[in-house]
Amino acid sequence: MSRTYLPVLLLMGFVVFNAILMIGLSHLTMRSRPTPVKQSAYESGIPALGEARERFSVKFYMVAMLFIIFDIETVFLIPWGAYFRNLSCAVPLTNGLCPSGQVSMFGLVEMLVFMAILIVGLVYVWKKGALQWD
Amino acid sequence: MIQEALFFSAVLFIIGVIGVLTRRNAIIIFMCVELMLNAVNLSFVALSRLYGIAGQVFVIFVMTVAAAEAAVGLAIIISIFRHHENVDLRNINLMRG
Amino acid sequence: MRFDLDRPLELTFALAPDLLLIAGTMVLLLASAWGTETAKRQRAVGRWSIALCVLTLAAVIYMWWAGHTATRGAIAVDPFRWATDVLILLGAILAIALSMDYLERERIDVAEAHVLILFAVSGMMLLAAARDLMIVFLGIELMSIAVYVLAGLNRRSGRAAEAALKYFLLGAFSSGFLLYGIALVFGATGSTNIADIGAAILERGLTTNAMLLAGVGLLVVGLGFKVAAAPFHMWTPDVYEGAPTPMTAFMAAAVKAAAFAVFLRIWMEAFPYLNGAWHKPLWYLAVFTMVVGNVVALVQKNIKRMLAYSSIAHAGYLLVAVVVSNFEGASAYLFYVFAYTLATMGAFAVVIALAQTGERGQQIEDYAGLWRVRPGLAAAMAVFMLALLGFPIFGGMGFFAKWYVLQAALRPPSQTNLAIWVVGTSLVSAAYYLYVVMVMFMKARPAEAPSPLKVPGMTRFVIATCAIVLLVVGIWPRPVLRVARRSLPQLVHLSEDLPRAPAPPR
Repeated sequence: MSRTYLPVLLLMGFVVFNAILMIGLSHLTMRSRPTPVKQSAYESGIPALGEARERFSVKFYMVAMLFIIFDIETVFLIPWGAYFRNLSCAVPLTNGLCPSGQVSMFGLVEMLVFMAILIVGLVYVWKKGALQWD
Repeated sequence: MIQEALFFSAVLFIIGVIGVLTRRNAIIIFMCVELMLNAVNLSFVALSRLYGIAGQVFVIFVMTVAAAEAAVGLAIIISIFRHHENVDLRNINLMRG
Repeated sequence: MRFDLDRPLELTFALAPDLLLIAGTMVLLLASAWGTETAKRQRAVGRWSIALCVLTLAAVIYMWWAGHTATRGAIAVDPFRWATDVLILLGAILAIALSMDYLERERIDVAEAHVLILFAVSGMMLLAAARDLMIVFLGIELMSIAVYVLAGLNRRSGRAAEAALKYFLLGAFSSGFLLYGIALVFGATGSTNIADIGAAILERGLTTNAMLLAGVGLLVVGLGFKVAAAPFHMWTPDVYEGAPTPMTAFMAAAVKAAAFAVFLRIWMEAFPYLNGAWHKPLWYLAVFTMVVGNVVALVQKNIKRMLAYSSIAHAGYLLVAVVVSNFEGASAYLFYVFAYTLATMGAFAVVIALAQTGERGQQIEDYAGLWRVRPGLAAAMAVFMLALLGFPIFGGMGFFAKWYVLQAALRPPSQTNLAIWVVGTSLVSAAYYLYVVMVMFMKARPAEAPSPLKVPGMTRFVIATCAIVLLVVGIWPRPVLRVARRSLPQLVHLSEDLPRAPAPPR
């Protein structure tokens, strides 16, 4: 097993060595003549406008937070979707099919309940005006 | 393979604990807590190779709970920021203790 | 009826009270988003929340009365669960009633406060029902996340924000320990079901398995944080002081009750065979908690901080029930939590009634001569202090609560040393509880002391109810004790040792 990782290790070693070499060499050979233009941050040739550490409006946080929550909740949809065929059958599947008359609403109803809970959250957030940008 | 994964997750968990105990910035402490949770997730995934799907189900629950916790935690940190103008725990000490 | 938890409909019915509460809470959540933020709407939502709690209480009592049981599964259906639910809902009703008046006085017009209490309660009820470590984790997090927000409810107060931050960071930290403990226990036993874990430990002889013992240790640390056992208590005083007082009361009573319920159930059902390795550490945890809580409470000047340390001490007494980990311990826990909930809620209600707007006037010295200006409040506070102390007659059922904990400790295998520590630290606690009584009744009221505000109706109701119930049950404890004796957790692996085949995928 360790054999298979050897090339990766060699590559990592080479990368680190190379990075140190390039930075080190340029440090050793450079002559330091700083000017304000050279010292400024490079932003595609356009002069930098203000500080990078500006404060964001709290609106961004709100959107980010709501996104995290609603995004993660949908994690449950994926395993549900993958297993839906089994969930909607009251007995174990035969050859990937449900015997006739054994179709169950269990899986569908469970997910509808889950979605209803999420929608309650969404309606609350909406009504509170957290989705309003201005 | 499972032993290595469990060992790695223990190491990650300990890094998280040390981070919580030594750092003083609320955001970084919170990130360390998330690291702890993810270390545990790694354990669960590794163990689900032994015991079946239950471990992976647990991981999904932990992820959702961690997201909810993150939302609430960041909101609390923002409200602290409004009072103190920073989130350094050394400066946040209105009460004795 | 015996529920088959593998069938969705029967599982739904077994969770009926919890689901009722959650559904009602979501309706109230939407209701609190409509309209403008006024004190009137806050009170309306509060009233509906109390009504919902009462409805849930009725459902719980019906389920209890019907005597349902269940197969081995993710949730427990037993009298212990219903009794714990009743205690939690009682705490919630009192907390909502207190916060209605409090929020109006402090001009915090957020109706969501009550909704958050209800969400926390649904997490606690899940904890009371949990028989699977996954449910334990979900319940603890549902409860904790709601309570983090409740601690920081007052957005104008820097102290509340600080309390919320400290509670959140340490709570999340402890959740990490709890979760890692669950992972290790799962790794050692191959199951997250509490009953299956107990059976696996017995069958496979895992009592000295290092992974299992480490996992149990991490579980103890995680739960120790939640119940505020020393040395995991450092967040408690700051959080209790900074949080709005009704939320502090809710944390001190209901959160502790729920966390202890799950602690006890895990201990009795999953780890009874680990007593060899874990008995001593738990013993030291209990003694250390009692000593730290009681000794540090002696030097507190602020009444909320004093009550915070007192709650740590009470966590120590409750830990005794976990240490003995037998049926007497479980019934002593139920009786104790009933008394403790009433006394704590009552004490914090008096603190709310006597505080000036903005949470001023909460030093113990501010209560000097209270007997002259507000004799009713002073007498009620005296009852609560004596109940927390465990004083006979005047302390009402507080005395019997301690008495039953002692009895549980003295059952064979007898823990005489532990009982001695309970009595000894209780004697120490007399100093600070009686100091409050002494200040109220014997010190002269300073001339410049502000006169207490008029006590609003709900707060008065809470104080009166708590004091009267404490005294009445103190005179006549037998019926409550009989209920507590009967409401025991059902240990599935002891009563039916049927090996269960894995359920077929549905």
